[in-house]
Amino acid sequence: MTVNTAARSQVLIQKEPDSLTRSRIRPFDLLMQGLSVLAGTITLFIVIGLLGYILVKGLPQVSWEFLSTKPSALNGTYGILPNIINTLYIIVLTLLIAAPLGVGGAIYLNEYARRGRLTRVIEFTTEALSGIPSIIYGLFGMMLFNNYLGLGYSILSGCLTLSIMVLPTIIRTTQEALRTVPVGYREGAAGLGASKWHMIRTILIPCCKNGIITSLILSIGRIVGESAALIFTAGIATNLPVNIFTHMKTSGATFAVQLYQYADQGRNEVSFAIAAILVIIVLAINLATRLIGEHQKAEDR
Amino acid sequence: MTDTKPAAPRAGLSKARAAKNAVELVMNIIFFVCGIASVLCVAAITFYMIISGTPAIKEIGLWNFLFGTEWAPTASDPKFGILPMILTSIVGTMGAILIGVPLGLFTAVFICYLTPKKLGKLLVSAVELLAGIPSVIFGLVGMIVLSPFIANVFKIPSGATLLTSMLVLAVMILPTIVSVTITSLKAVPQEYYDGSLALGATPVTSIFKMNIRAAKSGIITGIVLGVGRAIGETMAIIMVSGNVPNMPNLFKSVRFLTTGIVSEMSYSAGLHRQSLFSIGLVLFIFIFIINLILNTILKKGAKDR
Amino acid sequence: MDKITASHLNFYYGNTKALKDVNLPIKEHRVTAFIGPSGCGKSTFLRTLNRMNDLIEGTRVEGTVLLDGEDIYGPKVEVTALRKKVGMVFQRPNPFPMSIYDNIAYGPRLHGIHKKQELDTIVENSLKGAALFEEVKDRLKKSALSLSGGQQQRLCIARALAVEPDVLLMDEPTAALDPISTQKIEELILELKRHYTVAIVTHNMQQAARVSDFTAFFLVGEMVEYGETSQIFNNPVDKRTADYIGGRFG
Repeated sequence: MTVNTAARSQVLIQKEPDSLTRSRIRPFDLLMQGLSVLAGTITLFIVIGLLGYILVKGLPQVSWEFLSTKPSALNGTYGILPNIINTLYIIVLTLLIAAPLGVGGAIYLNEYARRGRLTRVIEFTTEALSGIPSIIYGLFGMMLFNNYLGLGYSILSGCLTLSIMVLPTIIRTTQEALRTVPVGYREGAAGLGASKWHMIRTILIPCCKNGIITSLILSIGRIVGESAALIFTAGIATNLPVNIFTHMKTSGATFAVQLYQYADQGRNEVSFAIAAILVIIVLAINLATRLIGEHQKAEDR
Repeated sequence: MTDTKPAAPRAGLSKARAAKNAVELVMNIIFFVCGIASVLCVAAITFYMIISGTPAIKEIGLWNFLFGTEWAPTASDPKFGILPMILTSIVGTMGAILIGVPLGLFTAVFICYLTPKKLGKLLVSAVELLAGIPSVIFGLVGMIVLSPFIANVFKIPSGATLLTSMLVLAVMILPTIVSVTITSLKAVPQEYYDGSLALGATPVTSIFKMNIRAAKSGIITGIVLGVGRAIGETMAIIMVSGNVPNMPNLFKSVRFLTTGIVSEMSYSAGLHRQSLFSIGLVLFIFIFIINLILNTILKKGAKDR
Repeated sequence: MDKITASHLNFYYGNTKALKDVNLPIKEHRVTAFIGPSGCGKSTFLRTLNRMNDLIEGTRVEGTVLLDGEDIYGPKVEVTALRKKVGMVFQRPNPFPMSIYDNIAYGPRLHGIHKKQELDTIVENSLKGAALFEEVKDRLKKSALSLSGGQQQRLCIARALAVEPDVLLMDEPTAALDPISTQKIEELILELKRHYTVAIVTHNMQQAARVSDFTAFFLVGEMVEYGETSQIFNNPVDKRTADYIGGRFG
């Protein structure tokens, strides 16, 4: 091998006479560091300011009466009992539809399907679903469920729409949980002659229960906060249910939808009261997912 | 379907085994149906958006609809031009990106490198919380706090402006930008950083000239996700944008594609209602394009690795 | 002449003493090799010479390391200036994810060179210095990651040369390479000492024998023996050195 060694280029040495102790002010570093600290502070300030403001402004408005009555135009009072019931109702019904579908979809992708074009299409569409904005879901739900299927403005129509919306969350979170189950478990079950469904039922799903629960909690967060998709599907009524089963056929507003209604009417103090409740729910959901995560870590150890 | 693997039948089955195999087959089919649910949903959404979005466009004319500058659907001589809304959505999203991306990027750098672990963790939790806050709350606080503030600072009669909307959107995309950037910065190999230091770079210089550069494709993914979120956002900005279909102007009330749909749906009828669905279709196409871009970036990223 | 002199150097990872009272000169324009079993402290010692250990939390240094008579652990020392003078090549080639040209130009740009003409000169000279120029001159704008492992390592050497260091530290530079690439790097090291002072950590004793003028043998944090390479390999004074070298050869 011929080594073509050039003489050392002296460009740099002429520019910067070397001394180990030459201290220098570095404007680039100072600027970047300053901007980073500033950005971090702003972000922290935004979050704390936002949450603090809502809680301080909203919590004093929350009373037992507020939580336990329905709004009365006659007395000029506001109560969110119907919204509490509607929200719970929609959460339960949506998860009843979406959870089996989502968990099943994740199991199909991880356990049944061979990697190929179909799984790629499924994964692409799942990704696409999570990128579609609420308003489009609202329009779609209104057309398909309210109009075409004749459900009208109804809680059921809202639930069907939200089920599609939370599907990607459930599929993805469950898939992640499935991936952490060691292959050995599956092989072990197969070695004992267990059928695939038996293996899924007795080994996979129990192993993934934390992941599945997390996905449901995340979905609850999405459902509670949703408004654009529900205004067009479940509507804005605030009636107390007469019959628990027929209630799904009637229109009903959740917290978030109601918040918007009041804000639109300029009833800001009521809006803030609802906002405070929403923030507390968000905090609780955050805490819950965190606790489950830590629980899972402890189990893994 | 060739993609499912049916349980292989064996000769000499007992009754129990036959039953078991039947269960297996049924479960196979059930899981398959669950699996393709997303595909069916996307297909149905696309189908319905096109079906319901096209009639009004046909009647109004594509050119008049997309490039008409006047939106007056209930006038005696109705006008259905959505150019102001299209431009507002684009400009509003760009504004949100211009504010939100630097803020998010620097915040992510701060969390990853320039702060003690405990404060970093606190900030990550804070950002996660922000991601969970419902749109309507951003709208409410924007309306009550930010709008009057903007009106005050810029001495304008109403703070319900494009600028206010941009700021609200910027805060809303912040969690996406921060968390995606943190993930991709963490994935940058330590060797790059060490190599940069060994050449006489300071830690801060190495972060900004090496690590951020190496995390580029992840950061771009975050930006595209942010664009998607911003352009589709509705309920937050309906409360702060003023809802007048003006051409985009930082200090004027504006109407976005999304808010245009919500604000008139309740009282619209006939062609007017159909045209709102057409706006939905336009928005859907925007989202579709963003998804395609995202998919291309992700594929390219996977190839580079 | 001694380029670097380490005296009474102790190094701690937390409470563990990783280097014990090391005294060692590194001669100018010579190749000094550090050998010893894994975990003996040879890499740690190498990394004290450009303070790369500073990056690891909970580490501590005692003693002095003089570079041209200046203590590199002195209170006013700018680590960046030190690292510019004392370059480093790592065990695994770590080209940056950018073009070949930008890899080389990265260092000079850091130190304030932005004129294209000057950068071009530096890039060419550095690549020539690392015996890589002929192989890559037509594809300077291509990604550095497209190079083979051996080329990547020579690129890393060129990158280190581009900031015009006096000393080049090499931490097992051929550990991840095939024999032919290894041979090229070894030939390069022999060339490099004409202009640079080289210190190399190697787990391969034949390599130490082939490329180095001086050899230091490390064992559990202690520098057991230092001398001319021929002396260390042929007439080691310390029994432990003899055992290690004999054991490996025998």
